[in-house]
Amino acid sequence: MTDTSIIRFENITKSYDGATPVLDNVSFEIERGKFYTLLGPSGCGKTTILRLIAGFMVPTSGEIFFNGKKINQVPANERQVNTVFQDYALFPHLNVFENVAFGLRIKKLKKDEINRRVLEALKFVNLEGYENREIVEMSGGQKQRVAIARAIVNDPEVILLDEPLSALDLKLRTEMQYELRELQQRLGKTFIFVTHDQEEALAMSDEIFVMNAGVIQQSGTPMDIYDEPINRFVADFIGESNIVPGMMIADYRVEFGGKEFECADRGLNSNEKVDIVIRPEDLEITTVERGKMTVTVDTQLFRGVHYELSTLDADGNEWLVHSTKKAAVGDEIGLDFDPEAIHVMRLNETEEEFDKRLESYGEEQHAK
Amino acid sequence: MQSSSKRTYYLIPYLAWMLLFVIAPIILVVYFSLFDLHGNFSFVNYQNFFTSVYLKLTLSSFWYALLITGFTLLIAYPTAYWLTKTKHKHLWLLLIIIPSWINLLLKTYAFIGIFGVFGPINAFLGMFGIDQQQILYTDFSFIFVSVYIFIPFMILPIFNSLDKMNPTLIDASRDLGASTWTTFTKVIFPLTINGVKSGIQAVFIPSLSLFMITRLIAGNKVITLGTAIEQQFLVTQNWGMGSTIAVFLILFMVIIMMLTGQKDKGVLLNGQNK
Repeated sequence: MTDTSIIRFENITKSYDGATPVLDNVSFEIERGKFYTLLGPSGCGKTTILRLIAGFMVPTSGEIFFNGKKINQVPANERQVNTVFQDYALFPHLNVFENVAFGLRIKKLKKDEINRRVLEALKFVNLEGYENREIVEMSGGQKQRVAIARAIVNDPEVILLDEPLSALDLKLRTEMQYELRELQQRLGKTFIFVTHDQEEALAMSDEIFVMNAGVIQQSGTPMDIYDEPINRFVADFIGESNIVPGMMIADYRVEFGGKEFECADRGLNSNEKVDIVIRPEDLEITTVERGKMTVTVDTQLFRGVHYELSTLDADGNEWLVHSTKKAAVGDEIGLDFDPEAIHVMRLNETEEEFDKRLESYGEEQHAK
Repeated sequence: MQSSSKRTYYLIPYLAWMLLFVIAPIILVVYFSLFDLHGNFSFVNYQNFFTSVYLKLTLSSFWYALLITGFTLLIAYPTAYWLTKTKHKHLWLLLIIIPSWINLLLKTYAFIGIFGVFGPINAFLGMFGIDQQQILYTDFSFIFVSVYIFIPFMILPIFNSLDKMNPTLIDASRDLGASTWTTFTKVIFPLTINGVKSGIQAVFIPSLSLFMITRLIAGNKVITLGTAIEQQFLVTQNWGMGSTIAVFLILFMVIIMMLTGQKDKGVLLNGQNK
């Protein structure tokens, strides 16, 4: 464990009545002062992790450490974390000021200190002058801010956010994404954010844990995860992607769609079956002669910033292309791409093996 | 136009009912209260009400109603809370409500048997060598039976308000450092206060005018406003005084209704917060 680590999960499993576990032997470490996102579809176990950290749940097995101390049995009210709930969970019988002051009043702080800290927290979330408002008088975005102020006013070491933006409309959500990110940087606190929205995760996080079926599939920076997804699930869940089956011929040579291509991956067995990912924005429309691959345009949608083309190759694989160039439906076009755009994914590779493989590429490049 | 006149027709049965069984009786009661024993118009009944006999009676009536309401609340709140936590809460609730469908008189008679000198309670105490106890015709038996009868009427509104409460609020309170008890006093109870108020209305007001249980279980040792009215009408044949007590009973009810009046805030906000 390093000094920067604040929360550590060791082999945490959580299951109800012996059914399939919601969390299956999950281990990870959270570092101080970073913005983490737990990303995954509903039911993947992300909220369970949050509730375990908050203390609303006890793990079936495994250990949770906070600042190096085991906290499995520490009740929620004695933990140094505060939560921003999905439905805000503001107390309807209290006004804005009293909602924010709730935690401080329980700590029995002096009146003027409570006053000072509450007003400071409200200022922090741009809600100056709203102290005496009733909760019903507040809009969704304002309630959101009250909920955040109520959490940060207690000066916790970690702030947990359970899909806090999901109830807001798109414009407000984007606005709040910026605000939350900025808030986290100003406070320098550890934020653990739960969402099923991959764009939100990519935009806000220092570190993303992609989860599925009670297991962390991959963890890393947004760029790592976008550029080097570990498996079909991650590639599919994060951004749009073309995933086709292929075969490794040799180092730097891969075959898919009936052709052999140059790629940037090595260290796999020859003739090993793999999944190939190419992001739609990495595919470029060109003439049939100049393209590395020939496809037929099936449909074309205008998406504003780009055209989204669905194309089919000779084998019937679908290739999604994002391009500012236009094509005509039914046309044969060529697709061009860099060797680096091809991402090779080993089937059933664990995160550890995957990281090792990626590291070996790095060493190789250093050696060069 | 047509629909609004139609709507007026629909109101007729209700208005007729109100007129015949609510407004007319109240007018009659007020009217009778203004006559003395000899049928002369006077305010003597009202003067009498403010003598020590009737004030004591009113006070004791309030005292018993307070005790009954207090004990009912003490039992009903935890029960309602526990009900909201159970798996088949509506089934359990039904089981608690079913006894309230049974005739009040029947249940009261059952207690005469249970508490009687030769009843099961005394038989049970006898097993431990305790002598026969006079349980009937005591304050204890009166309050016990009254509480038993009123419990469902207290549980129902409290259960409803607890059930409506957003459970995340409890998590939020714990998360902000509140202990279980603080969470109860600062979040759960304030948010269910309207249920408690409705429950108090449903128990306290009828408790003021209990007369059957006072007769059968308390052996007329406990006198409530209800007993007093009954006796004035049926025993003393002093309709004027009986009506006067009834007028005051109605006044007390109005005052209690106003005191326990609902501020819509809690329930409404609760719903919106979901």
